Amino acid sequence: MAEDSSDNEIIINSSKNIRKKILQMAMEAGSSSAHIGGALSITDILSTLFFKIMKLDKKNPLSISRDRFILSKGHACLAYYASLSELGYLSDEELKTFEKNDTNLPGHPVMNKKLGIEFSTGSLGMGLSLGIGVALASIKKKIPYNVYVVLGDGECNEGSVWEAAMAAPNFKLNNLNVIIDRNNFQQTGTNSEIMDLRDLKNKWKSFGWHTLEIDGHDIDSLVKNFSELKGISQPKAIIANTIKGKGFSKFENDNKWHHSVLTKSLYEEAIKEINN
Amino acid sequence: MKISERDIKTWASIGTRATFGIAALEVAKKNKDLIVVTSDVSTSAGLDRYRKTLPDQYLDVGIAEQNMIGIAAGLASENYKVVTTTFSPFQVLRCCEQIKMNLGYMHHKVCMVGLASGLSLGSLGYSHCSIEDIGILRSIPNINILSPADGLETVKALDAALLSENSCYIRLTGVSNNQIIYNKDYNFEIGKSIKLRDGDDVTIFCNGAIINECLKAAELFEKKNLSCGVVNMHTVKPIDIEAIKVSLKSKLIVTVEEHNIIGGLGSAVSECVSKFSKSPPQLFLGVNDTYSKAGDYDFLKKKYGLNSESIVANAIKLLKDYE
Repeated sequence: MAEDSSDNEIIINSSKNIRKKILQMAMEAGSSSAHIGGALSITDILSTLFFKIMKLDKKNPLSISRDRFILSKGHACLAYYASLSELGYLSDEELKTFEKNDTNLPGHPVMNKKLGIEFSTGSLGMGLSLGIGVALASIKKKIPYNVYVVLGDGECNEGSVWEAAMAAPNFKLNNLNVIIDRNNFQQTGTNSEIMDLRDLKNKWKSFGWHTLEIDGHDIDSLVKNFSELKGISQPKAIIANTIKGKGFSKFENDNKWHHSVLTKSLYEEAIKEINN
Repeated sequence: MKISERDIKTWASIGTRATFGIAALEVAKKNKDLIVVTSDVSTSAGLDRYRKTLPDQYLDVGIAEQNMIGIAAGLASENYKVVTTTFSPFQVLRCCEQIKMNLGYMHHKVCMVGLASGLSLGSLGYSHCSIEDIGILRSIPNINILSPADGLETVKALDAALLSENSCYIRLTGVSNNQIIYNKDYNFEIGKSIKLRDGDDVTIFCNGAIINECLKAAELFEKKNLSCGVVNMHTVKPIDIEAIKVSLKSKLIVTVEEHNIIGGLGSAVSECVSKFSKSPPQLFLGVNDTYSKAGDYDFLKKKYGLNSESIVANAIKLLKDYE
């Protein structure tokens, strides 16, 4: 990984490409629909992690010391697949199989370590527990790596999230990072309409996590904060304030695009906006 | 693990839970990659000595079973051998979807030990009985289901589960001072049942602590001039088809289980029997799809016709109906 400030340009460019791939896959999925809004909201987080922060080895995707990534909000898999494609783990041909019969890339991730997919997710509230097990293994085996788990804010409705949130500080997992995609929406409405999360940052803090609230689309801030967090000897919870549908103005903060069919004309309009 | 006659007697007197704790410690001492994960049940699972002896191979997640399975799967994904344990309803039902996703769907290998399954905690009420565990787990692919007969078979089942390519659920039944079914070491293989007694008129398929009642029932059948075979179907999944095939020559197949008659051993045997064109009738003995009032182990066994006398009486009645 390069270390100079031009890296952030690389991340910004990767975010653009990831967004375009998300939209292309969504459009090609046709009538089977795709989770678009929540994929676009985590795009900048994923591109920062994959292109700057995480220790990965493209030549050896199964390297024992690689940092581990878990997409707990599995329905946002379009962003995951597109990021893995940008990294070179997934071919363009593979991406075209999204949600097609017999695919490796269905509408929620299926574990395929060779393709860079660490775990199957899609049932909400399970990724953080897996992350604890993986982080514990690093400490027990003395193989240093970091674990990054991306949760949705709606996902924080699940009680199992809080079982795991309670355990990680007790196990002193300073290699565990949780990023909460705080886009303020869930499937059928806003968080406050469905189940108000109130002061999410203080909730995590009171469970014993080092917490931080940042702009989930500000690449400079994401890079700076993720980098600084590596030195903190506590499990870390980052509340990333994001915009559902970020990148195409017609989708932003419109929950219709949580899961919807993307037409060719709208796709072309979105691509034009992203390119500009 | 070398097994002496004294071990077998000790395990019978302390019951399967405490036996599991002893066996886990012995296995873990020889395998540094083995971790036992519990949810605040160290004493109930006989793991007190384990916890003190091998603190680095022991993890208590608190009363949080969903998290227990997720953490176990995360450790398994990094090549740890993982054993989880808590009381059976919480080991299976409370974290059922985590089992499906992490062990079934992703095929991470974890050995789950369900304590005090069946009816042994009947006086505590059905929150603590477990008559649904087999039915639920049978419908999740990639999980073996084992129900050991006694202390020795608990030790054998744990050894076999740790060598298995699949996740396993070990269902512990009975109380302390259980009857010994196996008084010396023997060959235990997942998926291969063990004939405990020969006899062709009636074949009883059973497992767990209730085997004792079935062996007593077989004696009673003999007194009524009916020969009775007893098969320890210690593995409910994968079921031993060959043993079931042999039983088709009987006049009656009887399944006896500390489980709802829907979804458990009886169902597994019946699904197999139905593949054959000629088969005898089957008597399903177990909990008759109900939650009754609470009561102690013997009371509930009697209530559901799982004691030896009731097994024989119900079987003979059915045989007469078919005459």
